[in-house]
Amino acid sequence: MASFDLFYEIVNNPGQYAMHWKKETGNKVIGYFCSYAPEEIITAAGALPYRILAGSGSISKADAHLQAYSCSLVRGALEDALNGRLDFLDGTVFPHTCDSIQRLSDIWRMNAGFKFHTDVMVPAKLDTVSAGEYMTSILDKFKKELEKLTGIEITEEKLKDAINIYNIIKKHLSRLYAIRRDAPGVIKSSDIHVVFKAAMVMDRRRLLKELERLATELGEKNHASDPAKKRIVLSGGLCSMPDIYRTIEGSGGAVVWDDFCTGSRYFEGEINTEGEPLKSIADRYMERVVCPAKHKGLFSRGEYLVNAVKKNRADGVIFFLLKFCDPHAFDYPYMKAMLEKENIPSVLLEIEDQLPSEGQINTRCEAFMEML
Amino acid sequence: MTDPNKTIDPEVEKRKIKSVKRMKEIMTEYYIEAKTPKEQTGKKIAWITSGGPVEPLIVMDVIPVYPENYGAMIGASKMGTDLCQKAESMGYSSDLCSYARADIASATVNGGPIGGLPEPDMLICCNNICGTVLKWYEVQARYYNVPLFILDTPVCHTEYSTEIKQYVEKQVKEYIEFLEGVCGKKFDYDKMIKVGELSVRGQELWQEVLDTTMNRPSPMTCFDAFFHLALIVTLRGTQTVVDYYEMLLAEMKQRIKDGISMVPDEKYRLLWDNLPIWYRTRWLSDKFAAHGACLVADTYTSGWCSSLKYMDKTNFLESLAEGYTRIFLNTGTDQMADNILEMAKKYNADGLVIHSNRSCKPYSLGQYDIQKIVQEKMQIPTLVIEADMVDERIFAESQIETRIDAFIEMLN
Ligand code: SF4
Ligand code: SF4
Repeated sequence: MASFDLFYEIVNNPGQYAMHWKKETGNKVIGYFCSYAPEEIITAAGALPYRILAGSGSISKADAHLQAYSCSLVRGALEDALNGRLDFLDGTVFPHTCDSIQRLSDIWRMNAGFKFHTDVMVPAKLDTVSAGEYMTSILDKFKKELEKLTGIEITEEKLKDAINIYNIIKKHLSRLYAIRRDAPGVIKSSDIHVVFKAAMVMDRRRLLKELERLATELGEKNHASDPAKKRIVLSGGLCSMPDIYRTIEGSGGAVVWDDFCTGSRYFEGEINTEGEPLKSIADRYMERVVCPAKHKGLFSRGEYLVNAVKKNRADGVIFFLLKFCDPHAFDYPYMKAMLEKENIPSVLLEIEDQLPSEGQINTRCEAFMEML
Repeated sequence: MTDPNKTIDPEVEKRKIKSVKRMKEIMTEYYIEAKTPKEQTGKKIAWITSGGPVEPLIVMDVIPVYPENYGAMIGASKMGTDLCQKAESMGYSSDLCSYARADIASATVNGGPIGGLPEPDMLICCNNICGTVLKWYEVQARYYNVPLFILDTPVCHTEYSTEIKQYVEKQVKEYIEFLEGVCGKKFDYDKMIKVGELSVRGQELWQEVLDTTMNRPSPMTCFDAFFHLALIVTLRGTQTVVDYYEMLLAEMKQRIKDGISMVPDEKYRLLWDNLPIWYRTRWLSDKFAAHGACLVADTYTSGWCSSLKYMDKTNFLESLAEGYTRIFLNTGTDQMADNILEMAKKYNADGLVIHSNRSCKPYSLGQYDIQKIVQEKMQIPTLVIEADMVDERIFAESQIETRIDAFIEMLN
């Protein structure tokens, strides 16, 4: 039996984990948003990259800074920062993504009181040569800022080392997805979800070991699939990573893939270990399927989704849209239309602040599964 | 047609801005040309974002068309809610920018006051105003199946870095290459010099027009500015704009000389932040005027001159990158607050009215912090109106009325 206990333990209180880590190592913890934050560089600087997700508590302090029409990630994260729940951070990195994160960065810089604050101004288009060159140049800028903060020189060797670690981590993560796809039921999606959540906050070397352990425990044997389950691909944006899996799998579905930045997009795309490291990191961002806040052709996300359904022999797609998330809401109609053209059924679930009542999602999921 | 039952009030007549007639003519001519079949004009049409560099299009003899300006027209003619609902039935969330929703819907049904915009031959999207336009123009590029050029101007949260500078400058070259490709002709750099001069001249004149409100009493209000803004948005870089704003400026100066104010008995001078509430400008303007409150200036219409200091009239093309990247919406919230503080001083404001516009996140998120800063540093009352620029459904009239009354009390 594979054990996920450690991952659950960390995810239940990631702040505490980071605090311990900091005490033990004496190194810095850098908070970050979004999958466009170059974690590899943070790791190379000896610091811990800590992904900030929506807070768990109710919103009060953030209301004085953010209108009700900002998404729950943005509001929840600010609430945590203002409440001192992120005090263990030595600083925060905001990669440029959507309009809400853009302003959150300003409000954060003006109110949260962290010593270190930086905006990694990732280009909005990721399909031109000049954008690629620019991307490399801002990674270099970020590297220098981190060197100043940590007093550590980030050598090419350190970068390559970090890149290596991430490449292996991502291979392991992708393997978890592959096992689930080939034999839904062998690993619960909730468990995978927790591994991913922990992976974005824990010491990456330790993570690597734990993933290796998990791999052995899961073994190489071919698992049998449960044909009664409906195979589902998830699409959309859940920057805040709520656990939606229990409901889906409870209503007779089996999640076989997704296009989440906290899911497949996190591990896809290997970083080239041969070339100049910063350029290689930039290249991965340029090649990977994009976040909807970025531009890369007109159909890239739709094509990815259709392919994901076909490749993974899925029966349907569930779209998740977080309320007030503009980039995803703009993409939904065309992606849905592309699915329709291929006769792939889909359903849309809008997520308000917290998850809608379990019953509500349940009913919609069950209805969808039946339809399939 | 004149209404025989309506008597002409000479007091009201006196206060009307006479240039308005010419302005309407210009806009009509502009839309007539844009909607004339291309075989007749021989000109291509580009849709462009309001903050996008239009000057190279003028050089190429391309007709620029602004969906955002059309969004404003849709809002002002109260056709916004219908079109927004239509977009929602197409699957677009009701939380998306109402300009975008209105435009996306209008394109499919030829909606709005002039029966839809002319079809584009190309789309020019500059994200210096928001990330919404990137997504919106992608939608339209799929719909019309025409080439899309994106001028990516990274946000200057705290600085205009060398990295950003180099990136945008490279893209300006790519922009010109793109235009040469689509138009099938070479770019005329000499003409660019001329157009650049006219553009900067237009912006300077526009700023001068806006600055006439420093006079007490003010010859116009921001509601007038909202109307006259259309030219600097749509025809920037042409002689028409320069001529018109010269005329408008002269009229304003004359009004000052003659002691004609827009608000009778101007008692309070206020600032407006964010886009207008297009379907309620009249209502709001009357409401404030009834209290003797004049909205003398706003951050929106002055936005089109917000980076004049970075533009070089004699070398426009080279300064284009910086000028377009450093517009106020593309800077940090603290810098936007500084801008309002300066305006409060410059125009001698007694209060600040903040339109918290749920359509426009980059403009609205951060306003609460700005509000606090202004209250602390200027010690003036502030009012937040929660609304939307085009979608009438969330406008709570009686609640807003009560809040305006209470705000005016505080000014006393
Ligand atoms: S959920 Fe959407 S709006 Fe919120 S931070 Fe993510 S991309 Fe931005
Ligand atoms: S209103 Fe705001 S979100 Fe909409 S297009 Fe304009 S700047 Fe962008």
